[in-house]
Amino acid sequence: MELSSAFDTILVDLAGGASILWLSLIGIIVIVWDIFRNDAPAVPWIAGASVVVALGYELYKVGDPSSTVFFSLIQTGGVASFVNIVILTSSFFSIVLSVPYLKGIQRSYGEIYALILFATSGMVMLGTANNMVTVFVGLETMSIALYILTGIVRSDEGALESALKYFLLGAFSTGFFLYGIALIYGATGTMYFTEMAIGYSASELRPLFWVGVALFLVGFMFKVGAVPFHMWTPDVYQGAPTPLAGFMATASKTAAFAALILVLYHGIGTVQLGGADWQLALSLVALVTVVVGNLLALTQDNVKRMLAYSSIAHAGYVLIALAAGTSAAYAGAVYYLLIYALMNIGAFGAISLLEWDGKEGRLQTLNSLAGIGFKKPLIGVTMGVFMFSLTGFPPLGGFFGKLAVFAPAIDAGLTWLAIVGVLASVFSGYYYLRVLYVFWMKPATEADPSVQSSSFPVSRSSSFVLVICAILLLVIGLVPGVRDLTLSFFTQGVYTALP
Amino acid sequence: MELSNLLTAVIFLPLAGALVMLFAPSDRSVRWFALFVTFAAFLLSLPLWFGFDAAAAAELQFQSVDFSLISESLDVRYLIGVDGFSLLLVLLTTFLGPIIVLCSWTYITENTKGYHVLLLILQTGMTGVFCAFDVLLFYIFFELTLIPMYFLIGIWGGERRIYAAIKFVIYTMVGSLLMLVAIIYLGYAAGNAINDGVFTTNYFKLLSFHVPLGMQTWLFVLFAFAFAIKVPIFPFHTWLPDAHVQAPTGGSVVLAGVLLKMGTYGLIRFCLPFFPSASAEHTQLIGILAVIGIVYGALVSRAQSDAKKLVAYSSVSHLGFVVLGIFALTLQSIQGAMIQMINHGISTGALFLIVGMLYERRHTRLMADYGGIAKSVPVLTFFMVLTALASAGLPGLNGFVGEFLILVGAFGSGIPGMQVLTILATTGVILAAIYLLWMLSRMFFGPLTSDANRNMPDLNGRELVIMVPMALLMILLGLMPQPFLKVSEPAAERLLEVIEEKRTIAEIDDPDSQRMFDLQRKMMQSTAPATPSGSEP
Repeated sequence: MELSSAFDTILVDLAGGASILWLSLIGIIVIVWDIFRNDAPAVPWIAGASVVVALGYELYKVGDPSSTVFFSLIQTGGVASFVNIVILTSSFFSIVLSVPYLKGIQRSYGEIYALILFATSGMVMLGTANNMVTVFVGLETMSIALYILTGIVRSDEGALESALKYFLLGAFSTGFFLYGIALIYGATGTMYFTEMAIGYSASELRPLFWVGVALFLVGFMFKVGAVPFHMWTPDVYQGAPTPLAGFMATASKTAAFAALILVLYHGIGTVQLGGADWQLALSLVALVTVVVGNLLALTQDNVKRMLAYSSIAHAGYVLIALAAGTSAAYAGAVYYLLIYALMNIGAFGAISLLEWDGKEGRLQTLNSLAGIGFKKPLIGVTMGVFMFSLTGFPPLGGFFGKLAVFAPAIDAGLTWLAIVGVLASVFSGYYYLRVLYVFWMKPATEADPSVQSSSFPVSRSSSFVLVICAILLLVIGLVPGVRDLTLSFFTQGVYTALP
Repeated sequence: MELSNLLTAVIFLPLAGALVMLFAPSDRSVRWFALFVTFAAFLLSLPLWFGFDAAAAAELQFQSVDFSLISESLDVRYLIGVDGFSLLLVLLTTFLGPIIVLCSWTYITENTKGYHVLLLILQTGMTGVFCAFDVLLFYIFFELTLIPMYFLIGIWGGERRIYAAIKFVIYTMVGSLLMLVAIIYLGYAAGNAINDGVFTTNYFKLLSFHVPLGMQTWLFVLFAFAFAIKVPIFPFHTWLPDAHVQAPTGGSVVLAGVLLKMGTYGLIRFCLPFFPSASAEHTQLIGILAVIGIVYGALVSRAQSDAKKLVAYSSVSHLGFVVLGIFALTLQSIQGAMIQMINHGISTGALFLIVGMLYERRHTRLMADYGGIAKSVPVLTFFMVLTALASAGLPGLNGFVGEFLILVGAFGSGIPGMQVLTILATTGVILAAIYLLWMLSRMFFGPLTSDANRNMPDLNGRELVIMVPMALLMILLGLMPQPFLKVSEPAAERLLEVIEEKRTIAEIDDPDSQRMFDLQRKMMQSTAPATPSGSEP
């Protein structure tokens, strides 16, 4: 390769992977700054601004056709940019929500912002991967930052327990994941998604490939919190600081699902299978996930824990689309991830604002919030939008998200799965509406006395996040633009060839 | 067409009003503004009645500008208009709007703004349901009504309001989500067969699609189940007494007046023409359920001690007549069902209004607490007697027209067993007279029992403004039903033609559904711009 042309290639590569590099760089700056001046008020602003810059960059690139950079290790433009937008949006909202939260619990952890940036950078890498190694590096960068974030409130034993649990189980699942990659590599001789089919057809070790795929999927199922690998989810979400639980529930799931979609769409899905049926396996996992997630959420008294179980159910809805495995289904899944991120970051954000007295959401029962809707109408109304959207009522985004995952499944002949999915989501109607019942209908006299006495401030920036999420959910579904954008990613075909 | 966006204005004016109302400074201004908006919506809807071409009532009129929804790659459009079936229901909705605001004038004292905002959102949803000619758009409006209703019952309702609100939402959700699956399935099937593989929920395209027989039964079941819960048809009625009794007066009037009609409207609009063979197969089953509902609802009404519960159960009975009329599949019975929907909206709405007025005066709904109040509130009693007689089906008042047409039509329908069912249903008319007159005698006539009742004030000006138009409509519909019947007649005729034609085709064709499906697809492919004859307006 000529040096002059190599320089051009490097420039293109850097532009393609700019978000990852940029976020890591700012993360390092933030952490150094924090060492020299603890609790600098500028830190969250810098972190937030850097995410907005990256977001703007990805918005600018989202119309580009998909291509790959860095020796085809990561994807850029198209679906990769779209996934990045989802991740960066929820990362930005989490940063904004963390500021009043930390003020509320009277801590000054500047490193939270650096860790969010590192995690985001890992998620961006994971969500745009085109190679098994990239997947692994992204996944670990994200996970390690998240382990620390879970236990960031060092004096809180509950949070530490969550962090340790998350770390041990996470490390265990990474083992499965790595074995899977190794076996797939052993069978096909490639780490690239797009070369799997060729490698497989030339392979003499085909069963090895399927064992590898199974282990690989187990690793993913753990990360997205699908049943039966969901055990960590409620404990971790309940123990983690609330805005960061929202961050985990949305951004990390989006990244993991995006990587899974890319692997299935470019790799495993293109392999001509003989006997082994990964789609059936995914349908069964989706079925169990939807049913178990919704049933377990029914009995929860703590809002955070309920949201954790419900996020399991939502992972199940996405899996329904993945099980269908058509272009429209993948597009629906990506679309669902966006809607889901908006709903859940809003819901976790609203709950985090209700922890005004420094009382952890972990300890807060639903009933202690009785009548809060009338006291804080902004939180009450936006929570109404989030809950109805999560239940899937039109004309809110959640309905259109569900439509986008169920419709391709029905088209692909998985009507039975769609029927189970909608019936299970009837249960979700009960537990989501129960939140609204407590917020708006339960007499305030039954609430925690501290809710009655204290009039707590709601920070303006956090209200802004809630309002933005609610407005987006109100308009996003009916307008054709976004849905068509996601569909275009999977109809324009596989991106340009490898070098 | 002129006035092309009139309908959009009628639908969305209340929603826009709700947004503006968020900034209203006082309860007083909220009430007047809500009254203004609902009355403006009513006035806007009047040109629909006067500009409607009754001769062409089977066709879509006042069609709005349509545009794509959700995605350009799907054939889901904002397609709205009115035909003979929907016109009267739209007018009923807009007519009840100001009345509901007025009846809440003094009843709702807490969180007035929220109540009226929700009421206006609800009106947008209800009007939209009757105007949507895209099935998915219909579904969106259909579900939109649940959100405000949940809060209306849950926040402003009675003692057991939470239970009632959640039960109401969950019941409806089960049905409508299953219907959603059916809609999507139908959309793809029709899209593959007649729309170049593009998913479609366009009402007219689906109408021209002959659903294969094997598919019809279960699609019919899913659709009918959703509507059966909404109507409600026995045995899916258990949410109704709870919701009705717990809801505030305004909520009960909306429920009885309009929301229940969404179910019967759905049966006429979608179930019958989309799945004619399956509908015909199930007429007896649904007829039996309808008659059980008629008799059971009436008997349970008779047993109530709470006046509001009595009226609530009478709804089950009255809507049984509507369902019987729809599934008897004759012109008279369907016409009767249409007019009975309007009648029920007016007379049961009025019953709820009067019970609400009494409740505001005495804070009890138990019939035993009243007695002989005709002496203290003669004007209220006059309206109550009129409404009760209308509801019981006295000739000359509106209830008679609908019930008579339904019973005559059903009796002559020629469907095996329908005559027996009709005879059984007729007992419902007698039972209705019994429980309503019994209520009148216990509450209004006889000796005055307590001092509280003696000093009860009679109707005030605002309540007269509510009751007079209702009473006038009852008399008008009873004496001159022709203009109203004429509106839905061509639509009903067309509906029966479509059913007959589709059933004939289905019988001629090989009943093996898959083969028919393939055949149709082949036919469609060979004759491009494909729209089979007969069903397109």
